[in-house]
Amino acid sequence: MQPEKLRVKAFGRRAAVLAGAKIALLGGLCGRLYYLQVLESKRYQMLADENRINLRLLAPPRGHIVDRHGAPLAVNVQNYRVVMVPEQALDVQETLERLNTIINVSEYDRRRVLREARRRRAFVPITVRENLRWEEVSRIEVNAPDLPGISIDVGQSRHYPNGDIAAHVMGYVAAVSEKDQTGDPLLELPGFRIGKNGVERQYDLALRGTAGNSQVEVNAIGRVIKELERAEGRPGRRVVLTLDADLQRFVTERLSSHRRAASVVIDVRSGEVLSMVSIPSFDPNGFNEGLDAKTWRSLIENPDSPLSNKAISGQYAPGSTFKPAVMLAALENGISPDHSVFCTGFMELGDQRFHCWHKHGHGLVNMVDAMRESCDVYFYELALKLGVDRIAAVSRQLGLGTLLDIDLPGESAGLIPTRAWKREQYGKPWLKGETLVAAIGQGYVLTTPLQLAVMTARAVNGGYAVLPRLTRETIDDGNDPIDVTAFPHTGISKRSRQLLMHALDEAVNHPRGTAYLSRLTETGHAIGGKTGTAQVRRITMVERESESGVRKNREKPWRERDHSLFVGYAPVDRPVYAVSVVVEHGGGGSKTAAPIARDILREAQRRRAPGQLALEGKTQ
Amino acid sequence: MSTRDRLNPATMTLGQRFWQLNWLLILMICSLAAVGFAMLYSAGNGNFSPWAERQIVRFGVGLFVMLTIALTDIRIWLRYAYVFYAIAFVLLVSVEFAGTVGMGAQRWIGLKFFHLQPSELMKIALVLALARYFHRLSLDDVTRPTHLLFPILLVVAPTALVLRQPDLGTALLLLMGSAAIFFLAGVRLWKFVLVGLIGLTSIPVVWSMLHTYQKNRIMTFLAPESDPLGAGYHILQSKIALGSGGVFGKGFMKGTQSHLSFLPEMQTDFIFTMYAEEFGLVGGLLLIALYAAIVIYGFAIAMRSRSHFGRLVAMGVSTTFFLYVFMNIAMVMGLIPVVGVPLPLISYGGTAMMTVLIGFGLLMNVYVHRDMRISRYGENSDS
Repeated sequence: MQPEKLRVKAFGRRAAVLAGAKIALLGGLCGRLYYLQVLESKRYQMLADENRINLRLLAPPRGHIVDRHGAPLAVNVQNYRVVMVPEQALDVQETLERLNTIINVSEYDRRRVLREARRRRAFVPITVRENLRWEEVSRIEVNAPDLPGISIDVGQSRHYPNGDIAAHVMGYVAAVSEKDQTGDPLLELPGFRIGKNGVERQYDLALRGTAGNSQVEVNAIGRVIKELERAEGRPGRRVVLTLDADLQRFVTERLSSHRRAASVVIDVRSGEVLSMVSIPSFDPNGFNEGLDAKTWRSLIENPDSPLSNKAISGQYAPGSTFKPAVMLAALENGISPDHSVFCTGFMELGDQRFHCWHKHGHGLVNMVDAMRESCDVYFYELALKLGVDRIAAVSRQLGLGTLLDIDLPGESAGLIPTRAWKREQYGKPWLKGETLVAAIGQGYVLTTPLQLAVMTARAVNGGYAVLPRLTRETIDDGNDPIDVTAFPHTGISKRSRQLLMHALDEAVNHPRGTAYLSRLTETGHAIGGKTGTAQVRRITMVERESESGVRKNREKPWRERDHSLFVGYAPVDRPVYAVSVVVEHGGGGSKTAAPIARDILREAQRRRAPGQLALEGKTQ
Repeated sequence: MSTRDRLNPATMTLGQRFWQLNWLLILMICSLAAVGFAMLYSAGNGNFSPWAERQIVRFGVGLFVMLTIALTDIRIWLRYAYVFYAIAFVLLVSVEFAGTVGMGAQRWIGLKFFHLQPSELMKIALVLALARYFHRLSLDDVTRPTHLLFPILLVVAPTALVLRQPDLGTALLLLMGSAAIFFLAGVRLWKFVLVGLIGLTSIPVVWSMLHTYQKNRIMTFLAPESDPLGAGYHILQSKIALGSGGVFGKGFMKGTQSHLSFLPEMQTDFIFTMYAEEFGLVGGLLLIALYAAIVIYGFAIAMRSRSHFGRLVAMGVSTTFFLYVFMNIAMVMGLIPVVGVPLPLISYGGTAMMTVLIGFGLLMNVYVHRDMRISRYGENSDS
């Protein structure tokens, strides 16, 4: 038994060691548990919350855009879409086919849904079709029992109730592109839209609002289990425009018979833009859901460039509508209004002959006569006396050749040439003949329709350098305190301005005025203004001396016809509205642009709120 | 002399044996199983299906098997130890040919009504075979290397087969469980050191033979945070679940990591994580203490047994049990690589539970026959 006793003893020793080791190892596990659950607990609790809590952004509703009277210009409409949850649909293919018997689902959409159903997780809803009509929605609801996994989802989409009226001012919203990403997670939300042009872009941040968020508990594959917390965002701010939607519509319709045209109406006392029209226009509603390639190409390749806002970015030779600036420059530089010139129909300078539009000449004209009848030769004379730099100085005071900082993207500065400018640009000295051409708004001179309206406003509002703007603080209730003196003064003397206004009055209301046929006879609504005809192409000597003489506009192909322009204001004795009209290749200013401007000013005055008139009466 | 000692173990009736059963141990086993049921109920989000109800049925069957084994005569196990080993070995070999692939490894034999995992049976059979072998050797015999060749063969053959399947966890369990029996039998320590050195030097060879997923598991263990969405996901999520449980846990059925599916395989290998997430450090320590109590119980039974076979079986079985517990918990805590070892009595699964309950049956059998002396040649030498 001795060896057996030894064996028992050895076993006992070793078994005790083994059992001790086991207990020690289990103790080690306890230590590890303590480390994880006590010492490191905070960190792991955070990680566990990160795992299970998902922050979902709630897109704020985009702010509305309304006109000065509160009429909606851009709103959000409920966008009904039909969505399918694949895991509830049982058989995706079959459900889609059944849906197709109820509402039309294109072959393309069906294939897309099948593809997405395969790729995405089965509980993620897939949009089958958007922008359902109400009737389609109700048909789906009625058939709901036969359509497992199909439901109607309501989203918001931007809607412009006026369609292409004011499209250039409104701009449009569209899906966020790669380069628009700023790191704002809101921009990464599927279906989020941002302003891409016009006011929508200019005031995008205000319109956008701030995102709310919702904390949801999700499982490992991302399915939402429940909502833990919700913080509503701030909806986008409403933007009130200075536009008058009805006037805007009137102007658009009045211009719509022309191929390319633009017009701006502003309040001369405040710079508020009442209408801004660019023809041709486009429908901004299409951009919301993304244009198809064909429509996009037709917009981009259209030679009339419907997407560009000609009212602020179109740069036109102003023609004779530039003459008011030249006249103010002459008066401010001491040239007497009684200064007279004998117009023979042309002026010779060196070996060049500069023609007046009136082939046989105006005879003896003073300054007011020359403005009324738009005598080019008289203004050639003025130009020679003044030099181009003096004309440019006054032009700038009137807002030409500079950016007016209107709250819209895409404004052009136009061009008012000076000697220094030409030296810098071309390295050549200024030529006298160029001064003559500039004085009748041709050659290098370029202006935008907006600048022409602002020029007119500054000339007739008491000489204040108003700046145009498109938005205002509140809706117009007819009690706006308007204080034009808030703007800096241009420095142009009262005498000069009054003489100009007299001349512009005669240009419309005197029987010899170029715009006499476009005068307004309603009491208190008479208008003043100036016509302009800008050559697109130089008239050659050969043509001028040919048997038939200078061709009439209607004899020329459209592309070679003159641009027709008009700047005007009303009422003529106490101006409130300034208007500019540019009709590309519209022919003579008095023939095409002047009647349009007259109709616009008549409409604008008719629409004037009675309260506003009363207020003006009081301040008198 | 107590009543117990007056009974002759060789001639005890079935009724007498029944009263000799260790009821405290049975109570502890049932407590562990009950914790398992509760966790499977929680894993099913408050449902007995699909896991808890089936586990209860299995446990009922297993309990019956355990008690049956506990009441059999210990000499049967001694006599037929090699036969059981041979049967288990043959089954293991047949897996190579007829086994169905499950969980990426050939581990299962599809019988008509249930799947059999021969490697689990082998864990018990190997303990029995080694116990029988060393039962017959004196301490002097053990010191002779030639006497170790046969038991080494007994260990290496099934281990190699299991590795081939490949089932790293079971192979480790077999190897370490056997090593414990060798140690208890009195094999000199320097021999273990030698084998250890040989093992270390052969690591590169073994590495090249491992499957990619096994290599990944080891790499994952070494740097789990390096690839949180890939291979390290399981360990990282398990640690997050444990750590976020804190001292008192998130409450029964309120574990976010488990119930929101961040925790993989929560009803099987990672059930401890779920338990400790819901019951915290307090619950975790209690559970480990319960396991420790059973391990100590095994040691006590071994020390109390008068036969060497009984001692070795008791220690062998309780060591295997300990290895299950330790490897599983250490694995979910990120202390060792994920080797796929279930938590005994708690993890969902039939075969592991059956192995453990058969093991406890043998442990209790040893206890029932604790006073029986068995000669080195298998005969009762006490009469």
